[in-house]
Amino acid sequence: MTAPDTSTAKQPESQPPRRAISRLGEGFSVRSLIHVCLLALGFVFSIPLLWVITTSFKGQGGIFTYPIEWIPDPIVWSNYPRLLNVLTFSGWPGIVFFFRNTFFISILATVGTLVSSILVAYSFARLQWPERNFLFSLSLATMMLPSVVILIPTFLLFRDLKWLNTFMPMIVPFWFAVQGFYIFLLRQFFLGLPAELEEAARIDGANSLRILWGIVVPLSRPAIVTVSIFSFLQHYNEFLSPLLYLNAVEKFPMALGMRMFQGTYTNDWPLMMAATSTFILPTICLFLMAQRHFIQGIQLTGLAGR
Amino acid sequence: MPGRELKPGRSAVARRQAWEGRIFALPFILGFLAFWLYPMSYSVYLVFQDWDLLSPPSFVGLDNIVELFRDESIGISLGNTSYYTFIGVPLQLVLALALALLLNVKVRGLAIYRTLFYLPAMTPIVASAIVWLQILHPEFGILNSFLRNFGIEPVNWLFDPRAAKPAFILMTLWGVGPQMVIFLAGLQGVPQSLYEAAEIDGASRSQRFLFITIPMISSITFFNLVVGVIASFQVFTTAFIMTRGGPQNATLFLVLYLYRNGFQYFKMGYASAIAWMLFVIIVAFTVIQFRLASRWVYEEGAPA
Repeated sequence: MTAPDTSTAKQPESQPPRRAISRLGEGFSVRSLIHVCLLALGFVFSIPLLWVITTSFKGQGGIFTYPIEWIPDPIVWSNYPRLLNVLTFSGWPGIVFFFRNTFFISILATVGTLVSSILVAYSFARLQWPERNFLFSLSLATMMLPSVVILIPTFLLFRDLKWLNTFMPMIVPFWFAVQGFYIFLLRQFFLGLPAELEEAARIDGANSLRILWGIVVPLSRPAIVTVSIFSFLQHYNEFLSPLLYLNAVEKFPMALGMRMFQGTYTNDWPLMMAATSTFILPTICLFLMAQRHFIQGIQLTGLAGR
Repeated sequence: MPGRELKPGRSAVARRQAWEGRIFALPFILGFLAFWLYPMSYSVYLVFQDWDLLSPPSFVGLDNIVELFRDESIGISLGNTSYYTFIGVPLQLVLALALALLLNVKVRGLAIYRTLFYLPAMTPIVASAIVWLQILHPEFGILNSFLRNFGIEPVNWLFDPRAAKPAFILMTLWGVGPQMVIFLAGLQGVPQSLYEAAEIDGASRSQRFLFITIPMISSITFFNLVVGVIASFQVFTTAFIMTRGGPQNATLFLVLYLYRNGFQYFKMGYASAIAWMLFVIIVAFTVIQFRLASRWVYEEGAPA
């Protein structure tokens, strides 16, 4: 593969002038080539989401036109209000239930993840105690373990606890720092903070909880925001747990409720796409607002978004 | 170890800190026992049981494990999952690296492009499954109407056993944003001086890429590979929503088959056996990748 390139490199006499010229030209053409590639790829990557949006503003007939109408004519607004009229429970629109459930679960699970992971990570990072390193390596080990392995017994556990058809399985475990990943991320961040402030407070007699709450947490905002966003999105997206644990439709979160729309209105694409874009919108807003934290968090830890 | 290096005069303080440490870690200790260790051991017990949740479990010895080797569907789902992983993950890595390389030239509008490439990964899986279901629709889907521009006959994507898995892989390619961002971080970490030195020595663009960039980001590639393989082996939601394992079992992946056995046929023992098989496979591949890593992953400071 490399053979042809080495031959061009061994031409010392003609090299200096030629390189100067070719670099000018090369710099220009390569740069514009890259721009063209990026534009084309950027468009291809956006097609699915653009298509969701345009379809959600079309009438039933408008979706089957060819070539695709990117700007619907006429623009049909009624698909969004229509979302409120389909799938109702006791007079309330189903989608309102679905969103309420999603936000309820996601917020409580995220708060639990934050509180428990911060405590545990601080203990692992700064407090000295004999069994610490062993337990930290256990928490790392849970990161490697695919959760599918414990799917069946976890289901049976929650069944024995009478937690089926409640939100408990989606919330309670997360108050117990079950995700080693977040412990790891926060611990790394805590280790990077200067220890002097904490030591000074400790000499003044402050206990660890006061130090954590008063000094460490305020300094760790970037890490805490990153964990919050990732955790929130993870619960917002979660599909398998609600599928296993919930059976009353009014308890469904949006991820599961989407399937109700899909099952009932398979051929009503504009309605489906209106539901889809309503479901996607919060995640996109969150991403756009906190993009910097995202990129940082990913680069810090290598966590994939899903 | 650090807990033992205490100065004599501070033992009261140290003891207090040791207790604070344990109390702070209590959520993890309890959570680990209840939601990791207990289910893990329970799962081992289940492998040797026949249990439909209605009648009490009965001990069946190695029957569930023997059944793994007899069951035709295991072979099919293992084959499907391997196809999806070993063709899909390398393609994902190549595309993610290509995008990262394009973005690494400090073009104008980098933040916009990065957002465009990343947004698909922000889409909830259920939503993207539903969207792709329409995109891949044989008659009205935009993929086929796009291909028609190039004179390509419409493909029956999710209804054709040969095309279903490629369609799933195409869908995963849409979500390479996170891998791209990780590669980009790696590329930005390559010291510029290496490129300058190589340029002075007369290395061409492709030589610089092959002999500097590729080795310098190999640890990032390795990370993306390991994480990608682990995630890919656990594919479930898209297949569950889009094809339910069809057409003709072409998208029957291991976790989907596990789900069916556990929650549709109520074979708790057999489903646990499938789970452990999946676990063993994932661990085996991870170990193999770590073994092979020493041959191609460059680490700073390690003997060359």
